[in-house]
Amino acid sequence: MAKKEYSFYPGCSSQKGASASNLQTSVDAMCDALDIQLNEIPDWNCCSASIGYGEGGELPRIALSARNLALSEEHNPGQDLVATCAACWLATREAAERLNDDNQLMAEANQALAAAGLKLEPPKPQRVRHMVEVLIEDLGFDALGEKVQRPLEGIKIASYIGCQTNRPFGIAGESFENPVYLDKLVDTLGGDSIPDYEKKVQCCGGALMFSEPEKSQELVKGILEAAHDNGADMIVTPCPLCQMNTEVYQDQINERHGTSFNMPVVYYSQLMSVAYGKNANQAGLDGQIIKATKLEELAKK
Amino acid sequence: MSDMSSAVVEKYHNDFLKEVEANVEEGEWVRMCMQCGVCSGSCPLGPHWAHPPQEIFMMIRAGKREEVLTSDSMWMCTSCYNCIVRCPRGLPITHIMHGLAHYAHVLDLAPKNQPTRRFSKMFWDNITKNGRANELKLGLSLYFKDGFGPGVKEALKNKALGQAMMKTKRMNPMEFFGGHGVKDKSGLHAMLEKAREIEEAKLKRPAN
Repeated sequence: MAKKEYSFYPGCSSQKGASASNLQTSVDAMCDALDIQLNEIPDWNCCSASIGYGEGGELPRIALSARNLALSEEHNPGQDLVATCAACWLATREAAERLNDDNQLMAEANQALAAAGLKLEPPKPQRVRHMVEVLIEDLGFDALGEKVQRPLEGIKIASYIGCQTNRPFGIAGESFENPVYLDKLVDTLGGDSIPDYEKKVQCCGGALMFSEPEKSQELVKGILEAAHDNGADMIVTPCPLCQMNTEVYQDQINERHGTSFNMPVVYYSQLMSVAYGKNANQAGLDGQIIKATKLEELAKK
Repeated sequence: MSDMSSAVVEKYHNDFLKEVEANVEEGEWVRMCMQCGVCSGSCPLGPHWAHPPQEIFMMIRAGKREEVLTSDSMWMCTSCYNCIVRCPRGLPITHIMHGLAHYAHVLDLAPKNQPTRRFSKMFWDNITKNGRANELKLGLSLYFKDGFGPGVKEALKNKALGQAMMKTKRMNPMEFFGGHGVKDKSGLHAMLEKAREIEEAKLKRPAN
């Protein structure tokens, strides 16, 4: 298989020592197994996620994404821009679409970019894609299944897709209300999916976990409860903020609601890395606050 | 009311819908709402909105400027995009709510201590300083937002969480002394200043 190359936007949380550094570790391991080459966009900046709007406003926010698009085009010309973080993907794709649809916005963004010595040349509609799209569309489930060395046998996994990987863009061919690609991936890797998991697209509170913890933790409680009631051994998600919100506050939720959750939450790339024969550290399992014991045991085999 | 706010009221002759259409991100969509209420029923924080989105749209059309802009409703948006994909008329509701919140913030009519308003500013200041998020400092500024005393209390409450994040190498204490950032900080800052300048000029231009 020829090496596939993409212009890569890792995003802030995937950096070393940041909250989703284990996502990056496992993405590297997964891409190594699948012969995918990620060319990091030099000097990329934060996309301002879905919470910067209050102070940031429209043009400054779009300018942030325009800078990444311009740098990507300059340094990795012709390559699709790929993000692993839901918010990074959403902000960048939305900005690219709006810039390409609106000449005035493009002109204003270029005025701002010029102050940084950059330029976004219309018309160059760059494809801004989520890693999950790359896996499903460019490789396909059959190819993903062929690489499995250690099937996730006997591990029951609730697929929690969350919001921003699913809306407003989502993955082509999937429904907003009941996307099934993550279940299919779990099955492809030899695990037991839970197709009827009720909370797969429920909001975790997003950035409001920081400003409105009580309201957000109540949402997360529902997500965990449904996984538990369906007999899940763990939850899998594609989104760094979903992962953090559903994993790290379980103690606080238990204290607040008198529950006793201890549910591991992993990334799809961690499942794939283990299934593809990588060890626990390569799969970023040392980054779990709630240990994914069944995956760790499998990774030793 | 702030000076800027009174100036806009005068400019649009008390026509709040026109003001929103001209100044709020995606505001031109507001008149398209047909009041079905799917947005309000789809919102994960629905019960916490004093005025859910559908009601906000009608209030804008009814000229309830003060009530809308001082409301904490828009700040309940979690950016889940449920309303956007379900709206039968295709209104970009999430963006309109962000736009209204931002507009209320710029005019300084938004509630002063609204926690998401404060966090949003903290986040923007954090990420634009070095061009990338400094998660440690963001967490600390959140804990200490109300001063030193409450900050220590808040930090202690979250001590176990912080320790677990550090133990799993998902938080780095060294971020306190700098941390991640872009190389071209001055370029990034110049770009953002220019973008802000363009937006401010638009707010000051005469009404059509």
